[in-house]
Amino acid sequence: MCTGISRTAPVAGEAKGADGWFHVTTATVGFDHGAHGSEEHALLLDFANYGLGTHARVAVELDIESGRALLEQLRSTIEEAEATGLAG
Amino acid sequence: MWNSFRTDARLAITATITTFPGGGGDEQHAYVARPESADPLPGVVLVHHMPGWDEFYQEFAERLARHGYWAICPDLYCRFGHGTPDDVAAKVRAQGGVHDDSVVADCAAALAWLTAQPGCTGKVGIIGSCSGGRHAVLAASRVRGFSAVVDLWGGGVVMSEDQLSPARPVAPIDYTADLDAPLLGLFGNDDQSPSPDQVDAHEAELARHGKDFEFHRYDGAGHGFFYYHSPAYRPQQTMDGWSKVFAFFGERLR
Repeated sequence: MCTGISRTAPVAGEAKGADGWFHVTTATVGFDHGAHGSEEHALLLDFANYGLGTHARVAVELDIESGRALLEQLRSTIEEAEATGLAG
Repeated sequence: MWNSFRTDARLAITATITTFPGGGGDEQHAYVARPESADPLPGVVLVHHMPGWDEFYQEFAERLARHGYWAICPDLYCRFGHGTPDDVAAKVRAQGGVHDDSVVADCAAALAWLTAQPGCTGKVGIIGSCSGGRHAVLAASRVRGFSAVVDLWGGGVVMSEDQLSPARPVAPIDYTADLDAPLLGLFGNDDQSPSPDQVDAHEAELARHGKDFEFHRYDGAGHGFFYYHSPAYRPQQTMDGWSKVFAFFGERLR
């Protein structure tokens, strides 16, 4: 890895991949070379369950501005969800 | 031109995925390519980049074979499992990256495998791009026996304290005194990993230790400028870069 920037968190959720829905156990956020993007480096988001095999992964590559926009909406949504009293 | 050949030359290569005893004796996959030749051949260990053991590196090995080298490219991610290169690379990334010690051990094993082949001259170079360039420098510093090393825009040779990690605990520049092979480095001046300042720092450290090296820096190129499948591709700089790689290996390995 040329930047070597990556962080992984355990998560519990579901993701839809090429073979349908599967349970995800890890979320990794990195900033490094993308596999498919047009930029030299990208934010790399992986939702995966490597216990099911390397294919059990939903991958997203974003530019930094998109990452910030996503982060803001994620934060706002979580705050709104918590305000309802319905979030665990 | 390095890519010009005689039309009546009866060039043939063989290339295959095989297994070999990697670091620690682990059975590992490697892509091996060599020209058909009755004469002994110099060898080259290819160190694949962060995106994984992919088709670019298979083609890379075949190109070296067409130019007279016995090339071996170990799958440094083999222990993480198999799948498409990007899926395997994502799994490696999720675990913090492949450990430097693991890569160095696999490079040492690939060197040993090549030198044990009856058809190898025993002169073996090592080359890698991106993280593979960094790993090539690291391996040539920590393993005795390489006759030449080529670093293609390896980011992370120069590292700040906060860039060190469990998988990358030491900056390769700190092993400069131990570098045991002449070094060729190719870099893009628009790259930020390594940045021109980091290339300067590496160059100064090599000079300070009296090492045999040559660095070439390209204007109008950033990171990964050989990668024809990427917007980073710069054909003119790539053609010149390959000519320097073949001249360097020709001088040091033949």
